[in-house]
Amino acid sequence: MLQPYASPLERAWYYGLRGLVGLILLYLMLPILAIVPLSFNADSFLLYPMSGFSLRWYEEILTSAAWRQSMGNSLIVSPFATLLATVIGTVASIGLVRADFPGKALLTAVLISPMVVPVVIVGVAMYIFFAPLGLTGSYTGLVIAHAVLGVPFVVTTVTATLQGFDFNLVRAASSLGANPVTTFFRVTLPQVAPGVISGALFAFATSFDEVVVTLFLASPEQATLPRQMFSGIRENISPAIAAVATILILLSTLMLLTLEGLRRRNERMRGARPA
Amino acid sequence: MTTASETLDAFSGGTVPLKKRLRQAERRKKLLFGALILPLAVFVLLTFVVPIVSLLKHSVANPEVHDNLPDTVALLKGWKAANGAPDEATFAALARELDAAKGGPGIAAVARRLNREQAGYRSLIMKTARAVPLEAGAAARDTLIGVDERWGQTEIWQALQRAGDPVTPFYLLAAVDLTTDEHGDIAKAPAEEAVYMDVLLRTFRMALIVTALCLALGFPLAYLMVSLPTRHANLVMICVLLPFWTSVLVRVAAWIVLLQNEGLVNQLLMALGITDGPIQLLFNNIGVYIAMTHILLPFMVLPLFSVMKGISPVYLRAAVSLGCPPFKSFWKVYFPQTLPGIGAGALLVFIMSMGYYITPALLGGPKEQMISYFIAFYTNQTINWGMAAALSAVLLAATMVLYVFYARYLGPTRGNKAKSR
Repeated sequence: MLQPYASPLERAWYYGLRGLVGLILLYLMLPILAIVPLSFNADSFLLYPMSGFSLRWYEEILTSAAWRQSMGNSLIVSPFATLLATVIGTVASIGLVRADFPGKALLTAVLISPMVVPVVIVGVAMYIFFAPLGLTGSYTGLVIAHAVLGVPFVVTTVTATLQGFDFNLVRAASSLGANPVTTFFRVTLPQVAPGVISGALFAFATSFDEVVVTLFLASPEQATLPRQMFSGIRENISPAIAAVATILILLSTLMLLTLEGLRRRNERMRGARPA
Repeated sequence: MTTASETLDAFSGGTVPLKKRLRQAERRKKLLFGALILPLAVFVLLTFVVPIVSLLKHSVANPEVHDNLPDTVALLKGWKAANGAPDEATFAALARELDAAKGGPGIAAVARRLNREQAGYRSLIMKTARAVPLEAGAAARDTLIGVDERWGQTEIWQALQRAGDPVTPFYLLAAVDLTTDEHGDIAKAPAEEAVYMDVLLRTFRMALIVTALCLALGFPLAYLMVSLPTRHANLVMICVLLPFWTSVLVRVAAWIVLLQNEGLVNQLLMALGITDGPIQLLFNNIGVYIAMTHILLPFMVLPLFSVMKGISPVYLRAAVSLGCPPFKSFWKVYFPQTLPGIGAGALLVFIMSMGYYITPALLGGPKEQMISYFIAFYTNQTINWGMAAALSAVLLAATMVLYVFYARYLGPTRGNKAKSR
């Protein structure tokens, strides 16, 4: 807080820092704020000032075969990849938190490594390896690739949540006669659900935004939404791209709000005060 | 008060002590938990680790000559250039195997591979292949030298000997602008082929500039965020997280719109009188720096923020109250405490920007592409998997070295926590 008795230097610093940060925030938000109105532009230029309001570009992406197909593909590939990554990632996280064996740190590092290895290398490696197996140009190959890329996010978020979980609850449940499966679904899962859901959201966002590996693995029939955007941007950027972008911005806002809600719930359940 | 082990001893009836039974049960349980990791471990191994390893194998693989001329290569193993041209059996094996490879795709692969070892080899192979099979009873050595006298030179056979090795350092050396000379020693690659060191240095330089820009913007942002009241800080955090969650392609598209010649940025620059005409901001380094900094800034802000949140403002106040000027107190007291956050954020941003492909591919000019571009280029366009694999190996090595350093000294938990926000 700026005190009323602050010296001119302190005042300059106070306003200077806020001005600077305001500019940085403008830089962060400007692209998102600027592209949304252009999707409602009446003519076909991505330019300000706009000539008028129109929904024609939304109509175009909803009726164009290429956009519809790519949206459909994204809605096939991402949910399956998310499901796969979340299930095996969550199960493995429980093992990683509770088991203790030599080489655990190394194994964890290997399981996290898809997050670290540059995605171009992942794309080339999978392309060369999957091609002889007939997995390139197939939905299966794409789902597998996206699931591997999403798994590290599931493992890191679920492990972090499990670290705050009281395993005495599990012991209490089994001492009361619940079998391990019941215990998992009735005791453990409800407690760590926020972590699992955020992990799943990360995996979904990773898959839904993934384009590099898709460029290598998918044939035109499997083009996902980002893949279609990539060629759209490269060939002829039009307000249709801005319309797709607006839908995606809406989606990411929704995911951000969900995550924030989950984080607060998780903090409340741990007894910490929400930030 | 009794200790746990005394209590356990008191309960142990039967022949097997309870302590031992408990330990066995504990071990069983650990095995069970270990088994939970198995599906993921197998999945990652089969779909990620094995493909990466086999990609790296391509960087040293040299199958063309070895697979198509196996007997010739085997016979050449003991041969020394000092003894002159190889013996009759080697010539005969070569003639036989060239005849066998003729008509298939193998001969072209052999010719292409040998031509890279020595210019003109392709025509020599093709010419010889047309002359085989030998007539029955003819001396292979004299016939082949009759077809082309180069078969009498030891250099030609040395090249074949080198190319016949099932593994080759060729691609890996080429990826760092080296090659082997005719004696098999490592030498500098000819200037027209020595491009990869430039690519690598350019990749490092661009990653370094993006990291510096992220730090310059991220530090004041994180600093103000910790000093603001919670309500305002949350608002700022949303401005950081919303772009973070927005698709990279959306942001690239938005930057194209903003940075085009008639775009908002140029309109603003001209309105402010900074320039008279539009500045070229796209399809060169400027656009790449602006967009990459935008994409990676949250990865700098989040670790910085989590470190700064843990720094008590009391120290700074104490320093000022003891008469230290504000800037000096900041520099001597506050700043050193933020170093772990700076290290973590900077390394994270550097590692990520090194491997970037999409942003430079869409926003950069053709002359300023990073190493990823060449990896993709060799895979898709020229189908030179050896070169793609070797460049991947170089990029992977650089990434891994930095990441191990990051994980060991700057704490992966810190980075993960920041990421999972």
